[in-house]
Amino acid sequence: MSGYLLAFLALAALSMAYIGNSRAKATHKAAVGKVHSRPIYHGLNVAIWTAVPAFVLLLVWLVFQSTIVNQLVLAGIPGSENFDPSASSILMSEVRQVASGNLFKEPSPEVKAAAAHYQSLQGIAAYLMAAAVAVAAAIGAFFGLKVIGSRYRARHSVELSVTLFMMFSSLLAILITLGIVFSLVFEAFHFFTKVPFTEFLFGLRWEPQIAMRADQVAGQGAFGVIPVLYGTFLISAIAMIVAVPTGILSAIFLTEYSHPKFRAVVKPLLEILAGVPTVVYGFFAVLTVAPAIRDLGFALGFEASPNSALAAGAVMGVMIIPFISSLSDDAFAAVPRAMREGSYALGATKGETIRKVLLPAALPGIVGGVLLALSRAVGETMIVVMAAGLIAKLTLNPLDAVTTVTVQIVTLLIGDAEFDNPKTLAAFALGLVLFIVTLILNLIALHTVRKYREKY
Amino acid sequence: MNMMSEAAVEKALDKSMSDAGLKMIGKDVSVYYGEKRALFDVNLNVRKNTVTALIGPSGCGKSTFLRTLNRMNDTIDGCRVTGKITLDNADIYDPSVDVVELRARVGMVFQKPNPFPKSIYENIAYGPRIHGLAKTKSDMDRIVESSLQRAGLWNEAKDRLQEPGTGLSGGQQQRLCIARAVAVSPEVILMDEPCSALDPIATAKVEELIHELRTNFTIVIVTHSMQQAARVSQRTAMFHLGNLVEENDTDKMFTNPDDQRTQDYIMGRFG
Amino acid sequence: MSVTASSDLNVGVPAINWQSDDMKSRRKRRYAADRRLQAYGLVAIIFALGFLAILISSLIYTGNSAFTQSVAKIEIDLSTGGIDRTKLADADWRGVVRGALRAQLPGLSRSDERKYFEMFTSSGQFILRDAVVADPSRLDRKSTFVIPLADPFDQLAKGQVSRDTPEAQRRVTDKQIGMFDQLVSKGIVSRPFNWALFFNADSRFPELAGLAGAISGSFWSLLVCFVISFPVGIAAAIYLEEFAPKNKLTDLIEVNINNLAAVPSVVFGLLGLAVFLGWFGMPRSAPIVGGLVLSLMTLPTLIIVTRVSLKSVPSSIREAALGVGASKHEAIFHHILPLAMPTIMTGAIISLARALGESAPLLLIGMNAFITSPPDGVFEASTALPTQIFMWADSPERGFVARTSAAILVLLGFLVLMNGIAIFLRQRFERRW
Repeated sequence: MSGYLLAFLALAALSMAYIGNSRAKATHKAAVGKVHSRPIYHGLNVAIWTAVPAFVLLLVWLVFQSTIVNQLVLAGIPGSENFDPSASSILMSEVRQVASGNLFKEPSPEVKAAAAHYQSLQGIAAYLMAAAVAVAAAIGAFFGLKVIGSRYRARHSVELSVTLFMMFSSLLAILITLGIVFSLVFEAFHFFTKVPFTEFLFGLRWEPQIAMRADQVAGQGAFGVIPVLYGTFLISAIAMIVAVPTGILSAIFLTEYSHPKFRAVVKPLLEILAGVPTVVYGFFAVLTVAPAIRDLGFALGFEASPNSALAAGAVMGVMIIPFISSLSDDAFAAVPRAMREGSYALGATKGETIRKVLLPAALPGIVGGVLLALSRAVGETMIVVMAAGLIAKLTLNPLDAVTTVTVQIVTLLIGDAEFDNPKTLAAFALGLVLFIVTLILNLIALHTVRKYREKY
Repeated sequence: MNMMSEAAVEKALDKSMSDAGLKMIGKDVSVYYGEKRALFDVNLNVRKNTVTALIGPSGCGKSTFLRTLNRMNDTIDGCRVTGKITLDNADIYDPSVDVVELRARVGMVFQKPNPFPKSIYENIAYGPRIHGLAKTKSDMDRIVESSLQRAGLWNEAKDRLQEPGTGLSGGQQQRLCIARAVAVSPEVILMDEPCSALDPIATAKVEELIHELRTNFTIVIVTHSMQQAARVSQRTAMFHLGNLVEENDTDKMFTNPDDQRTQDYIMGRFG
Repeated sequence: MSVTASSDLNVGVPAINWQSDDMKSRRKRRYAADRRLQAYGLVAIIFALGFLAILISSLIYTGNSAFTQSVAKIEIDLSTGGIDRTKLADADWRGVVRGALRAQLPGLSRSDERKYFEMFTSSGQFILRDAVVADPSRLDRKSTFVIPLADPFDQLAKGQVSRDTPEAQRRVTDKQIGMFDQLVSKGIVSRPFNWALFFNADSRFPELAGLAGAISGSFWSLLVCFVISFPVGIAAAIYLEEFAPKNKLTDLIEVNINNLAAVPSVVFGLLGLAVFLGWFGMPRSAPIVGGLVLSLMTLPTLIIVTRVSLKSVPSSIREAALGVGASKHEAIFHHILPLAMPTIMTGAIISLARALGESAPLLLIGMNAFITSPPDGVFEASTALPTQIFMWADSPERGFVARTSAAILVLLGFLVLMNGIAIFLRQRFERRW
């Protein structure tokens, strides 16, 4: 339905633009004195009046329709006033299933009635929506056509609309951040009503398996974030141990030693490493790297877990190499040529110049790059979801399996999520932690890099 | 046979010139940047314990020539030098020559002061340290002190040796760079418009310094200011469009040059 | 700075013997250190590129076999069988298929026959049914019917199951191998290109599983992502670059955009889950939600890229347009934006390629559902290429290992194609000012 309405609006806008254009031409011809805007602006103005308010109405309608219909259906089910939110949401999803014809078992008569009610309401809502949108478009078109005249400043009006759209677009960036913050904080707040804040922050056990039924033995879950954070830290540290030296050394080679032709070929090849989707790295870690590490460990007499922190961390490190390499590259390139020449003129070798002059001078830029890379490692998801473990463990052994924040978010939310379960809500609390940690890292990194750029 | 004798003759010639107090000899020096030729067969000698000024309009090749004297052009991609340049009669473009040693013997000061982002002390200690000129900490302290004294910066800097070199004023930074070059005890110091970024007072200080350094070092200075060339140098060479127009005693050059173009340039007719 | 003072100093200028053995060996060590650093750099590059080479070659090595599929071609004569033309869907297709198979290897005992039927995909009946529905003329004649072999026998045909392994450790029995060899000697088994990989949707059976659903799901998601992020991104960039006053708010937006570009993708997934699914009640697993989340993710990058390319258009062009009486909007939309467009398109395609490879946020909004038909639009449940890879990578059947690698190769192929287009655009249309 909404697809047809969108098409209708597009068509209406186009035809109104045409009508407006020709009308304006006619009035301009008859006009005495100066004409303000070219006819095309009048056409555009009518089109905007026709389509934009109707489109906004359509969006708002779509956002609220399902909530309102659900409320009405729920109100129609006898005894629903006493349901708690989770029960009513389960009931509603059953109603929706029945309404769309997916029958797993014969539904109860109440549900059947509710499903019929739901279907009829949906139908009414769809027609109402179509009617409302059409009326809005018609009113808009009427106004748009009415104002056409030789002195009407259609260009100003069109440009004002465009500017408003542009302003809204740039505000969207803030809206997205607010959306992230509010959704995370809101759900995390719910979580903290069920699990004490201090237990989450300082707890040393992470066992989110809450009993599905009261009689299950699994019992109470534990939601201490420390071991999860620790696992994240361990894997990120392994990744950085792989990526930082490799990235910086390769940047040194490419900027200072290599022939320009070599650089022109190798640099894009290195960038490919950053362009490979992370799910591919995850698969590679599971398929090739983890067994290799296991075999190697076995040969050396160590026992390695099939999803060792080392495998996930090492593969993640390789993924991050190009970030560090290209940011270090920028940092080296930003060191003025005079600095190099000053060192060469004293008889320093290339290596001495790099180690004693370039590296210290480029250090802030490199540090910024490393922090950005670290933030990426902390937030990286697919590699760890596929290659790291699920059990939160406080261990120093890189051959052991640990879990990370992102792994827990994904495992807690995969499958059908109900919003009132501490398990689901825990994922949002973890998301909040992740967001804050990466935000701090990013802010420091961006600040360091920017300050450093100003210096030269 | 013929070649051998020619080489022998050249050697004898070089020897006689060095006896006349020549520190560096440039013979038929040409420089190419890729396809573009920047210097055309320049023949120029640098006398021992003398300040030689290179003047000429911008883009004339004077800086390019200066940079051939310690092979700084090697650091530029696609730059090629032909001809022969000797330092104490040894060809500095010979494949067996160690650039690191050459640059230690032929130091350089640049147009814009370029202290390293380190402390004043470390700026000066950098050269001696990489070349291993100081065995002990007190050796290094002595080198740092004497270099700063020679550069006339000791009194201003002795209480702030651990502060960053970039915190000094422009003139002080340039003298720090001179001290840095002096610390390696070079035989020749090349200066590429060392005062162009400085104010008149700082310039006067640096010029005075150049004058004093002459007793111990051979100095080649590129300058765009003819007054400066007249003030600090004993010999002057005039470049134009990649050619050496004239080389002469500074006094003669500025009073009675041999070449019309030199005269025009000095009179301010071009450049 | 008196002359006498400095003369005193000059007495002590040490003459350094640069040719002393000490100096010579020191220089040797210094050059060695220099070469060492160079070698470390080279080793680092070789390590990184070597890893890339191993990654790609291991994917090709494991994935190439999935591009072919072992099938048996058997003749079926439907004109004799009692198929009710009016009720094609309800006919006993299973019986027909089994009969035809039986005819190939007659005289098997009941238990051997069961083993024999295991060699073929269990969905053969549906394939035959669909083929007949598509072409009813098959009912009147003998026609060739292509039935895929079940995964273990596909592996056997490709030599990935070794006959030397003890019988107990492999999924095919010795007897089945014997029957398989008989079929091969009759010339029934062949291994054509596996079109099903591209035209089938997902399936529980590796021999039938394909990427059609994932590819169309990714296509719809990217379409939504492009339709939203492209205009909004350009509009925001133009506003910030050309119109916005310099104040606290625009500074905040600026910092905000740079920050958003570095927020982990999984956080965007949480946003999508809480806002689009939780509050707005949009359908789960649908490409519209996936596209929305991806568009929020690509928006910051797109804004940054667009601003850079707007900045690179010289201001003389803007002044020229304003000088002939164009309004500020006209100067931007008629002159600056078209000139910046090639670079913006390049950036947009690269961002889309990045979005195509993104899986974490799609997992959270449920685009990892098991769905056996491609979606018809943006509101239908679907998977996407990377989430399909994730699901297949998790499947225990051996055939899915090869298929996962093959799916990755397909995904990488799309990425190479998109980046190739971007590079082409850049080289063909980019102007240097």
